[in-house]
Amino acid sequence: MLELENVHVYYGAIHALKGIAFRVDEGEIVTLIGSNGAGKSTTLNTISGLLRPKEGAMTYLGKDLTAAGAPDIVRMKLSHVPEGRRIFANMTVRENLDLGAYQRRDAQGIKADIAHVFELFPRLWERRAQVAGTLSGGEQQMLAIGRAIMSQPRLLLLDEPSMGLAPILVQQIFDIIRAINREGTTILLVEQNARMALSVADRAYVLETGRIVLSGSAGELMNSPEVSKAYLGGR
Amino acid sequence: MRWTKYLIWLAAAGAFYALTLVLSNAGFISRFMLMTMVQICIYIIMALGLNLITGFTGQLSIGHAGFMSIGAYAAGFLASTYGARVSAALTEALGAAAGGAVYYIFILATLAAGALVAAAFGVLLGLPTLRLRGDYLAIATIGFGEIVRIVLLNTKALGASSGLPVKYSVGWTTAFWLMLLSVVLIYNFVNSSHGRACISIRENEIAAETMGINTTKYKVMAFALGAGLAGLAGGIYANHMYLIHPNSFNFLKSFEILVMVVLGGLGSITGCILGAVVMTVMNNALSAFPEMRMIVISVLLVVMMIFRPNGLMGTTELRLPFRRKAAGGKEDVTHGL
Repeated sequence: MLELENVHVYYGAIHALKGIAFRVDEGEIVTLIGSNGAGKSTTLNTISGLLRPKEGAMTYLGKDLTAAGAPDIVRMKLSHVPEGRRIFANMTVRENLDLGAYQRRDAQGIKADIAHVFELFPRLWERRAQVAGTLSGGEQQMLAIGRAIMSQPRLLLLDEPSMGLAPILVQQIFDIIRAINREGTTILLVEQNARMALSVADRAYVLETGRIVLSGSAGELMNSPEVSKAYLGGR
Repeated sequence: MRWTKYLIWLAAAGAFYALTLVLSNAGFISRFMLMTMVQICIYIIMALGLNLITGFTGQLSIGHAGFMSIGAYAAGFLASTYGARVSAALTEALGAAAGGAVYYIFILATLAAGALVAAAFGVLLGLPTLRLRGDYLAIATIGFGEIVRIVLLNTKALGASSGLPVKYSVGWTTAFWLMLLSVVLIYNFVNSSHGRACISIRENEIAAETMGINTTKYKVMAFALGAGLAGLAGGIYANHMYLIHPNSFNFLKSFEILVMVVLGGLGSITGCILGAVVMTVMNNALSAFPEMRMIVISVLLVVMMIFRPNGLMGTTELRLPFRRKAAGGKEDVTHGL
């Protein structure tokens, strides 16, 4: 479904991604794990068109992503929940969801999808007329995810959905990620919380300073001594 | 619903306009007051444009007087160069009365031309500079305003430092209705999906981009529309003031417009109208004491920062009471669970 090959990304002189290659197949949950500064968010930002690769190939559903801008990529049914939630703080929950459907014109379908988001996140229904900046961190994360699925993505990029959340909320968010996946949306998940990420994912890639150093099924990586030493605090 | 609301507003505006005519004919409104009212209209149009750029789209611009002078000079140049000839030809062809009416259309066309030229400059300035953020964009726009002023000061064809004389041909009637037209234009733009795209850029540019909003396009669009309104205001100014001079569109003028928008509330249409009224009335009331003026404005801003840090209106609008009910009723539609 999504395939990256030899992707290089620079921030000015800094070489952030040094030839990344991986693929995501339809229906999977794939996770990228790694420590701070490994290039996880950079990878997602590059896929969704916020950054441009200097070299390399990216194809999504047979189409080239390297030359497409962010609006085109959303139109190709690929949606990105950026790091730090980035909700529209001065707009209501409802208006945030409306903006998620910005590129759609089917009023009926939008209405149905908003109802669906409220079904996934009953908390958001309670808060629908509230200004989004007044929501708690967990609710904001739910809103960010809900807003992203309003564009009906086939592939959803999630950047650290567990950031700054209480453990019980993390559990809840991951349950919802699984639910969204079961409904047929493929998910590419970036996480620092490697144990949590590996527990929901089918496959995983480990990033280190701009390179992929390990890959395999989630179960394999969970048991691999390198990963458990570096990321899972294992013995 | 929508149309009844428009009709109510239109009737209110018409009644206000009729009242001003009656009062000025009866001698209750002096010429100085009428001039202040025209200036209020000019500054409302200016503030609406800047509010779209800075208040709704979140791009700090301090070169708005530059766009105003471009509109003023474009409209003024057309009127002063061709006005006499057009007027003479029309009078000869159609007689004095009909010729005068058509000449008025010519003047309106020069105003439109001024607005279009300014909007074109808005696009020209916007495309390269909108990659800049915050302070850097502000500095680039100040630079633009100054460049325009210096170029005009040195262009012989436009009167250079002695200014460009323009025949008086736009008064209260034109200014008032054009101001109203601008309000309707901005109100509809802001409440359209384009307007929401602009607001989402202000709220969070990265999130807007991941929603599939073409941020560059909307920033340039806001810049062009804002600059076009400034050009329109400039054209009214030129045709009302008898003489335009590059130095009346200096940095301080840009700053004054920004103060109106900030005072009224960034992102509020009624707020920036209020800001323009307050600032213009105060400027004219204190015109005999120019030093006092700056002190009073500074004190006003400090007081505002203490009591209303988001401006007089914040981001809210003054509304007719029946609107709120309509918004409340719409809420339940999505509950299709």
